[in-house]
Amino acid sequence: MLFAILYVVVIVRQPSPTGAGNWRTTTFGSAIDDPGSFLRVVLDSLTFAGALFIVASGFALIFGLMRAVNMAHGSFYLLGGYIAYEVQQAMTGQGFSIASTEVNTWEWIAPLLVAAPCIAVVGLVTQQVFLRWNQGQELRQALITIAISVIVADQIIAHFPRNVSTGAQRFGGNAVDLTWPGWSDRLVDLHVAGVQYSLQRLVMLGFGVAVGVGLWLWLYRTKTGMVIRAGVDDQRMAAALGINIQRTFAIAFVVGSALAALGAVVWASQGNIATGQDAQWLLNSLVVVIVGGMGSIFGAAAGAILYAFVLDFSGSYLPQAGADCCTQYSPIFTFVLIALVLSFRPRGLFGRGG
Amino acid sequence: MLVAVWPVVGLSPYWSHQILIQTFLFGVAAASLIFLSAYGGMVSLAQTALFGIAGVIIGNLATKGGPGGTSKGLHLGWDPTLALVVAVVMATAIGLLLGAVAARSAGIYFLMITLTYSVIVTYTLGQVTKISGFSGIGGISNYTPGWIGDVLAHPNRLYYAALGVAVAVYLLIRYIVRTPFGVALQGVRDEPVRMASLGYNVALHRTLAFGFAAFIASLGGILYVWWSGQISPGNVDLPETINLLVMAVIGGLLRVEGAWLGAFAFIVIQNYVRDFDVPGLSFGGTLFGGTFNTIVGIIFLVIVVVSPGGLMGIWDRAMARLDRQRGGTRPPEEPLLTPETS
Repeated sequence: MLFAILYVVVIVRQPSPTGAGNWRTTTFGSAIDDPGSFLRVVLDSLTFAGALFIVASGFALIFGLMRAVNMAHGSFYLLGGYIAYEVQQAMTGQGFSIASTEVNTWEWIAPLLVAAPCIAVVGLVTQQVFLRWNQGQELRQALITIAISVIVADQIIAHFPRNVSTGAQRFGGNAVDLTWPGWSDRLVDLHVAGVQYSLQRLVMLGFGVAVGVGLWLWLYRTKTGMVIRAGVDDQRMAAALGINIQRTFAIAFVVGSALAALGAVVWASQGNIATGQDAQWLLNSLVVVIVGGMGSIFGAAAGAILYAFVLDFSGSYLPQAGADCCTQYSPIFTFVLIALVLSFRPRGLFGRGG
Repeated sequence: MLVAVWPVVGLSPYWSHQILIQTFLFGVAAASLIFLSAYGGMVSLAQTALFGIAGVIIGNLATKGGPGGTSKGLHLGWDPTLALVVAVVMATAIGLLLGAVAARSAGIYFLMITLTYSVIVTYTLGQVTKISGFSGIGGISNYTPGWIGDVLAHPNRLYYAALGVAVAVYLLIRYIVRTPFGVALQGVRDEPVRMASLGYNVALHRTLAFGFAAFIASLGGILYVWWSGQISPGNVDLPETINLLVMAVIGGLLRVEGAWLGAFAFIVIQNYVRDFDVPGLSFGGTLFGGTFNTIVGIIFLVIVVVSPGGLMGIWDRAMARLDRQRGGTRPPEEPLLTPETS
């Protein structure tokens, strides 16, 4: 690990103009030679961690409280993204891809305000119909939510996207973009190493931080939050003390599902939304929770930051010797991260006993 | 017995070579999943990935490049039988490594960790163009060992090979669970803390069980690439991972026999529901048309809601009831997917 840090900071070299390279050659030079690129990758990681945290904290909230792994979390994410896309298209009436100058703040917030409650309702129904009566049967609940994710994913392919200009792109879960409002489409001068950085990505990070602070205030400073934390620690005792634990579960599921939709709106505005990303975001949520550990939002935050750094740095700083090497091996580093964390902390970084 | 003579007595080749070969080989993969869940208490979603890893390895080792060769892969052109052995050994070794990382977890954590394995393997294969790339490796069925020969010309040989492997895997699992290792593994499943205090290495038992299951899954993967001729990340992605889980759950997660029952049911559904169209659910007509996955999802949902023991669970319950009516004292059904005490 020390070598990895040294490697990024000092050893690596930018590719020579002739294209030849060895194990020291990467896209960017070392952090000392090229601090601008280094800072940009750090910011990319941090802002991506913001989006990761939004989605994964919803997953972690449900899992931490109910010990229910919501395998449909990725499908909820995808559905939320498509719903927001339809709303934004209907409001702007542009068809398919919109220039960000055409979108004002309201036309970005309204899709969010539609998508998040929709997914919250989907989550609530899922919980009430399928997960309420088999509380504690973890495996069965995981299997049930897997079945739901299969159905939702297939129905997304059958029904989305609807609002596209050409028929060929209609349905089939084709990739579509949400668009950030126009004012955010500019670069911010950070006055450090001449780095100009995208305001949109900083807004994304802002959303992540806002969700984190909001969750913290909610869980640690309100009565509902206190009840939820009591439920995380000991469901039966909480119920015996007269707390309506079923109501608490329902609240957690509503909030957790809505966070999936919020994350989808944010990340689909940055990248896109397409069928198959349900697997990607389920993986993201799982890795964040496995690495960070259950039971605390700090775990989710730490997991999101670590995972984002590993993803972005392995994508940017692996050597480029020859055509086939080596950035394509970056997914393996996700496994290395999990293996490293689990070998020292089997319950994740912030995981508690059990 | 009936199954063994089917292709000879002239059952339609579609059934023997399409349905039954797939049943045998996916049943082998599902058996590795059921072995882990029934005797190790670990539901693994990495079995499809290990199945695919073995397929990719043999694809890289056995195929040849150049004119008439296949497009992707390393094309090492090894002797197919040697490639088969090396692929199984390597997949088992990878299984041991993955198992060692996951072994200190159990239950739902294990499920989550193995699911990340599965997705990571998919993305790795998709990105690493040297060994696979998104389109994967094709033409592997041209490089089978001599005793299998040309799969299209002699499909019966592959049929009997798949049948033989299925029977051997079934007997091997039945044998393993009776050995001291298998009994200790079941102890680890039921009482990990007590087993640890008795001096058993819990993590080691789980790791070895995972490695053994990887060995079984790799056999299924090799039969698969001989049968279909190709392997790509699409064969190990999340939908395929879930399909294998669906087979195991349909059959029953606690009975090894259920693997082939579930695989058979799934393959039949897959082959006959394809062109079935439920009004309102699908948009019909295109590449994505049909509601196949929705129907599979609903069947899966019904089974896990109604009978988590799958078809074998229903069978066991029926037999137990019959037995009670006769006044027998058959022990009651094992509690299925019992709530974990936390």
